[in-house]
Amino acid sequence: MINTSAVIASVSFKNPIVMASGTFGFGREYGRLYDVSALGGISGKGLTLHAKAGNPGIRVYETASGMLNSVGLENPGVEAFLAKELPYWETLDTARIVNLGGNTLADYVLGAELIQRDADTRGLAGKPAVDMIELNISCPNVKEGGIAFGVKTPAAQEVVRAVRAATSLPLAVKLSPNAEDIAEMAVMCEAEGADAVSLINTISGMKIDIRRRSSVFNNLYAGLSGPAIKPVALRMVHQVSKRVTIPVIGMGGITSATDIIEFIMAGATVIQVGTYNFMNLRAGHTLVEELQQLMAEENISSLDEIRGIV
Amino acid sequence: MATVISNERLADGVYHLVVEGGNGGEMGQFYMLRAWGAYPLLSRPLSIHQVNDSGVDFLYHVVGEGTEILAGLNPGDSLELEGPFGSGFPKVEGRVALVGGGIGIAPLYYCAQELPDSDIYLGFSRESYRTEAFRPYAAGLTVDVGGLILDSVDFTAYDHIFVCGPHPMLKAAQLKGIAAAASGKRPDVYLSLENRMACGIGACLVCSVSCKDGQRKACADGPVFLAEEVLFHD
Repeated sequence: MINTSAVIASVSFKNPIVMASGTFGFGREYGRLYDVSALGGISGKGLTLHAKAGNPGIRVYETASGMLNSVGLENPGVEAFLAKELPYWETLDTARIVNLGGNTLADYVLGAELIQRDADTRGLAGKPAVDMIELNISCPNVKEGGIAFGVKTPAAQEVVRAVRAATSLPLAVKLSPNAEDIAEMAVMCEAEGADAVSLINTISGMKIDIRRRSSVFNNLYAGLSGPAIKPVALRMVHQVSKRVTIPVIGMGGITSATDIIEFIMAGATVIQVGTYNFMNLRAGHTLVEELQQLMAEENISSLDEIRGIV
Repeated sequence: MATVISNERLADGVYHLVVEGGNGGEMGQFYMLRAWGAYPLLSRPLSIHQVNDSGVDFLYHVVGEGTEILAGLNPGDSLELEGPFGSGFPKVEGRVALVGGGIGIAPLYYCAQELPDSDIYLGFSRESYRTEAFRPYAAGLTVDVGGLILDSVDFTAYDHIFVCGPHPMLKAAQLKGIAAAASGKRPDVYLSLENRMACGIGACLVCSVSCKDGQRKACADGPVFLAEEVLFHD
């Protein structure tokens, strides 16, 4: 019997495959294609306290083995999410993670408080309707907040501390590869009471249209994701997991069961699948099956056997 | 998996792809197509040209690496099809005009079959293609090469006008709809929008469209929108 389960704080994951924020909507869209309850978890579209229209202009551009995006955190806002999407989440048998962004410290805190209150009210049998908050201090596509909090450790510390005080829900902090020192950032998160760190968010990148002599993106830079960033992500997950005792949620260009095992061997407790959801709309369904097969082939009976062995 | 039945070149860079497979679909809906491995990263959205006995037809213009690979497909080759996706043209009654510009004629062929007494207007910048296929379904057929096809359409003469074509044409159709309304007629003008997409199912928000009631998704809320709802920023 192969055991793919994992635990972060009080949250159980039936397998390590979690769908990454920004690539999975709120799950409903993919729910028409396959049973999303078969997944380890889902991290919903990044939310801010108030609705955001996102960035104008081109929002996606393909690169060699990757994708630049400049969506700019378009989202319906925390309250609309709670009213319209959380009832659907309650029907899912998978770990449900709210990804929370913000423009100001107060936005983060108010957002976390609202989520906590609503999740508690809706929860059944003492279990809140949200299993975890993933704090996004690393979106490269918004001018205010976002990455500004995610680069320098003292700024990030202020946000993590304030949100930790505002919610008792398990808290993961999503780190930016653009941070000055991502390992130092992770150590700070642990010290401030975070239950996990997730990494990496997209890498800041650029594409120039030589005929127009300008960046294709209105915001100049955009976030690079996909297989192109996997080696960088793997290295960072490895570095960070050696420095903290809290679980690491690893992500960056995962497109196969082999990639998943690599991240687990680098020290990740669970992983997230992002851009691959666009390459294969049934990515979650495919990977759950492939992981079982690969573990059988490699005589791995539990992820605990291989976690962090490299 | 779907199989290529034929992939005929109709004009410079324009191909008619017939596949076996898929799940049918409504007029104005689209599929995400993929006939390659990991690169290019994203699948390509193509509107349904017609639903045939065993699958779906597409009409496409080669504009980049993805469509270039599609152009190289031969009968018997396989490709991945996901769909049908999106919200298409409504089934309407009354006087209908179908107005297509260039490769924008692609979804209108299915509309012509579903609404066989429509007046059809097809405009091309350099070279026309596929026009005779529309004739059996058209109450009237107008073809223009090199001009502006919208100039041929009297927006006050129709109850419903379906438009698909390049961005400036869609914007002009919106303005003509507004002008018709000002003269006491009120045709429902529907626009099929084209946009870059990553997922095609409403998850990535890459294809976001500015509308009067906020941001909407070209892939899931559209690609067909009532013209009056869309805000054109340029």
